[in-house]
Amino acid sequence: MAAAVLLLLLAAAAGPGRADAGRERRDALREELLLSPLPTGDVAATFQFRTRWDADLQRGAVSHYRLFPKALGRLVAALGVRELHLALTQGFWRTRYWGQPPLQAPAGAELWVWFQPTVTDVDKAWKELSNILSGIFCASLNFIDSTNTVIPTASFKPLGLANGTDHHLLRYAVLPREVVCTENLTPWKKLLPCGSKAGLAVLLKAERLFHSSYHSQAVHIRPICRDASCLAVSWELRQTLTVVFDFFSSGQGKKDWSLFKMFSRTLTDTCPLASQSKVYVDISPKNKEKELLEVSPPPTSVHEAIVQGEKKTYAVYDLLSPSLFNTSRSLNVQLKWKRPQDSSEMPIPTLHAQRYVGGYGLQTGEICTLIYNTHPYRAFPVILLETVPWYLRLYVHTLTIITKGKENKPSYIHYQPAQDRRRPHLLEMLIQLPANSVTKITIQFERALLKWTEYPPDPNHGFYVGSSVLSALVPSVTAMKDMDVEQSPLFASLFPSSDGSSYFVRLYTEPLLVNLPTPDFSMPYNVICLTCTVVAVCYGSFYNLLTRTFHVEEPSRGRLAKRLANLIRKFRGVPPL
Amino acid sequence: MVAAAAAMAADEAERARGRRAALSFATIAVVLGLPLWWKTTETYRAALPYAAIDGLGQQPVQLVVPMAVVFGPGSVPGDLPRPLPFRDVQKMEISVNRERPPLRTSITSRYEMRYRSTTAQEEAALAAATAREADAALYLLQDTTLGSLTMYVVPETSSLLPQGINAYVGKHRSALVRAGGSLAALQARLREVTQVMSFTASSIAAVLSDRVPDGQLSFDARRNLKSSLGYEITFSLLNPDPKSHTVDWDIEGAVNRFVKPVLDKLSLVANFSVDSQILYYAVLGVTPRYDKESSSFLLSAHSLPHVINPVEARLGSSAASLYPVLNFLLYVPERSHSPLYIQDKDGALVSTNAFHSPRWGGIMVYNVEAPASPQASLPLHVDVDMARVMEVFLAQLRLLFGLSWEEVPPEFLLESPGNEGLADWELDHLLWAHTVENIATVSTTLTSLAQLLDKIGNIVIKDDVASEVYRAVASVQSAVTELSLGHLLAAFQASKEAVTSSERAFFDPSLLHLLYFPDDQKFAIYIPLFLPMAVPILLSLAKIVRETRLRKKEPTKMD
Repeated sequence: MAAAVLLLLLAAAAGPGRADAGRERRDALREELLLSPLPTGDVAATFQFRTRWDADLQRGAVSHYRLFPKALGRLVAALGVRELHLALTQGFWRTRYWGQPPLQAPAGAELWVWFQPTVTDVDKAWKELSNILSGIFCASLNFIDSTNTVIPTASFKPLGLANGTDHHLLRYAVLPREVVCTENLTPWKKLLPCGSKAGLAVLLKAERLFHSSYHSQAVHIRPICRDASCLAVSWELRQTLTVVFDFFSSGQGKKDWSLFKMFSRTLTDTCPLASQSKVYVDISPKNKEKELLEVSPPPTSVHEAIVQGEKKTYAVYDLLSPSLFNTSRSLNVQLKWKRPQDSSEMPIPTLHAQRYVGGYGLQTGEICTLIYNTHPYRAFPVILLETVPWYLRLYVHTLTIITKGKENKPSYIHYQPAQDRRRPHLLEMLIQLPANSVTKITIQFERALLKWTEYPPDPNHGFYVGSSVLSALVPSVTAMKDMDVEQSPLFASLFPSSDGSSYFVRLYTEPLLVNLPTPDFSMPYNVICLTCTVVAVCYGSFYNLLTRTFHVEEPSRGRLAKRLANLIRKFRGVPPL
Repeated sequence: MVAAAAAMAADEAERARGRRAALSFATIAVVLGLPLWWKTTETYRAALPYAAIDGLGQQPVQLVVPMAVVFGPGSVPGDLPRPLPFRDVQKMEISVNRERPPLRTSITSRYEMRYRSTTAQEEAALAAATAREADAALYLLQDTTLGSLTMYVVPETSSLLPQGINAYVGKHRSALVRAGGSLAALQARLREVTQVMSFTASSIAAVLSDRVPDGQLSFDARRNLKSSLGYEITFSLLNPDPKSHTVDWDIEGAVNRFVKPVLDKLSLVANFSVDSQILYYAVLGVTPRYDKESSSFLLSAHSLPHVINPVEARLGSSAASLYPVLNFLLYVPERSHSPLYIQDKDGALVSTNAFHSPRWGGIMVYNVEAPASPQASLPLHVDVDMARVMEVFLAQLRLLFGLSWEEVPPEFLLESPGNEGLADWELDHLLWAHTVENIATVSTTLTSLAQLLDKIGNIVIKDDVASEVYRAVASVQSAVTELSLGHLLAAFQASKEAVTSSERAFFDPSLLHLLYFPDDQKFAIYIPLFLPMAVPILLSLAKIVRETRLRKKEPTKMD
């Protein structure tokens, strides 16, 4: 009762304040599309929609939504979520060839959540959250349970405002088997204030988006500072979507592209709710020579920034500027190469990694991870997170880390062994990568036998082991300036940058596909039949032995001899015996 | 010869031993093997109170309304059977279709009336100038338990009530009634008043409407929300045309000012949560018809059912709770379709420009005035008049809860409930209906659960499921008892507990575990064991039987 009165008082106090604020919006939407040609000739398109709301979702008093989707807002408030990151991905971002991604995600579904310190039963909240999210996004996130959930200690720090990083409030799970398709995209689009009716979201046409080499859609919710003084909290919802289109193979060797060719749509109008709506095209020269490419129509402005340690030039189309739609009714950004690019040299990213399963046979195996540091003179540390399901029994004593032929001792190791059917292996290491080196990490495992009901459908396909996660502060070649987060493009502002000399990178390696010894599934019935037959045979002879009546019979000796004798007698014409 | 006889005897002994061995095998198999097999392959089924569940449907429900009839000075009818104070009981049968299970029972209402004359304080209160003041003064002197009623009888010629009004129903649980000359006339009038204030036969029948065949009930009866432990109320502002209209609504203030008092009062009935959202580019599924005469757009009544479905997809599910959702939509038509009006069946415009959908919620169309000059810059800013909107939505909310004053006779005057939006007796009205509905729901749930468990022998019944069932049965029985004692609140609480327990039992996931285990698979598993085991036993038993028959025949031949 007292609480209710207090609530009413609070509401009464809030009432006039809001009236004073008048027309000033407490929430804002920014949308952005980044188009970047990749070194291999593919084109990556990254959409980001950011809804920022100057209200504290946690207090529970907020229940009136405008731009922020109600379904997610209620979830955050009801379950005490402080930060939520969900990514659904199809395909694999090839860092080695495509360069550093703006936002990478592992194949399948990835979910990591920080809960509020007020949440008492984090596991229950986590279970409930994954179930609700699976309902909202039509994904099989309800398969997240204790066997694939881990609590990383170092890899996943809160991206938003946080006081205290007690990692018991963190949960992380990956479902590498999850397939992403249209039914996941539709609810994701529904969370956008303008839906797919106006603005950049018009381009999100499912049949084109899934006809691509890589598709990743994500939702990030986090609390951020409301202003520079950081006295109040705002909540930010970022919806990101990355697609990689392969034009080199489908476009007869030409690398030219346009919005229409990619999405089979063009931009016609803006979302009236967006306070910023921009298209960025990466036109940075690949080598020192003069520009090789040409964009049309002419961009409204050109933006230069240092993103992930590289100096980049972007052509910017501001959809809200009235001049853009004056000349033509729609915007179809096109890019043409002036002369065929010599594809001999491809820039290699400073940090990239590779992973595979070694070994032979169905009993033991080896997980090998290769981490490359191509920086010419700087060494830097990297945090590696491995989550391995319990049915691969890791042997930690076989863990070897070798760099340049010498053993590399990690400065921090956190290992949590698996428990059968209860939790997976978790291995976290902080490894120093010397300049210009390859580090090879191997660990051996043994394959466990599962119970016959534990095999998934089509067990001969193999079992997925989720990607391992590399988090690192990579030293930058060119110095970066401190940027104002509110002003800079969205793709540059999700991860906090520590200082001007390095930038944060999170990479995911390939997921692994491991074959486990798979039984013949009619086996249980065979076993039943065999056992029963053995029992029946033993029982039958025993029964016979006990119940047969035995007679003493005249020994009829030489029966065979008698018959033979009779046969001979027959031939001889003598009467038989 | 002797040797042969000895051999014969030995042979006979051997044969007898074989017979005994075969018989003991058969006995062990039957006495030990079968029970062991039965016991080890049995599914665990805790005992359930089948008889009590069956009895729930037949248990007569009696709704007892304690009621005080207080005669003011000069209003005592001449033909009273006994001197005041005295007690009297009036019964009324509520007809429910008894052919359909599970309510084969009868529902009777019982008004326990206590006739007495006024105390001095009440007399003073009744001397007030207006009925409203008298009601307020009397409220302090009343018994305020839920479900009880107090009727103050005033003289036929009293000036307390306006001309032509025979009964005045106050904000709380009392009414002022004109004496009406004779006791019979007074009792007839009292009956009408009590029915308005507590329940009528039709309101009780309406809450059981799911259990009565369709077609017997009016449309209104099916409008009421089903009783639930909680409701979620969602206000949505639909702005299909954000390019031309920027719509603002002060929903927070409106909820605090208009909705909160009502919900505070209703909090006894269920838990409520209120939220709101704004949806852009959400369009109705029907293109309105342009009417040249009024240069406006019209939505006819028969197209309204098609309006809701496309909107519903955008509303979003309530992922965080399982309570039913009440949607109230405010639709601001797009500029190319405004003004938009709703037409009723006769073609006349609906004055509120709103309609409601039974058990779902309501939609109101809010037209934006056209700008004075067509050159006015877009988007047009619109501030929604929340008082106008909330008036409609609250009226719809009352309708959805089945609180309508349509059945009130014209010579009755009802006091407006004021800021709270709900009079005390209306709350009682809801509680009566919901209690009866809960009892019927639990009885249905438990009966179908019992039938299901009875029909499918494979289902495991765990102890906690069984205990929930026992708890539900006990709660229903206590609800019925409390009802017959006239304790409305206790009965309602008990019926709520019964609903919770019965739903928990019915939806327990452990009931589904062994659901599919067909008999042919069982045979396939057991036959490899049972057949080789049973065949020798049966054969030797048959042989023994044949031999004994032969031996019995032989002596008769010897004769």
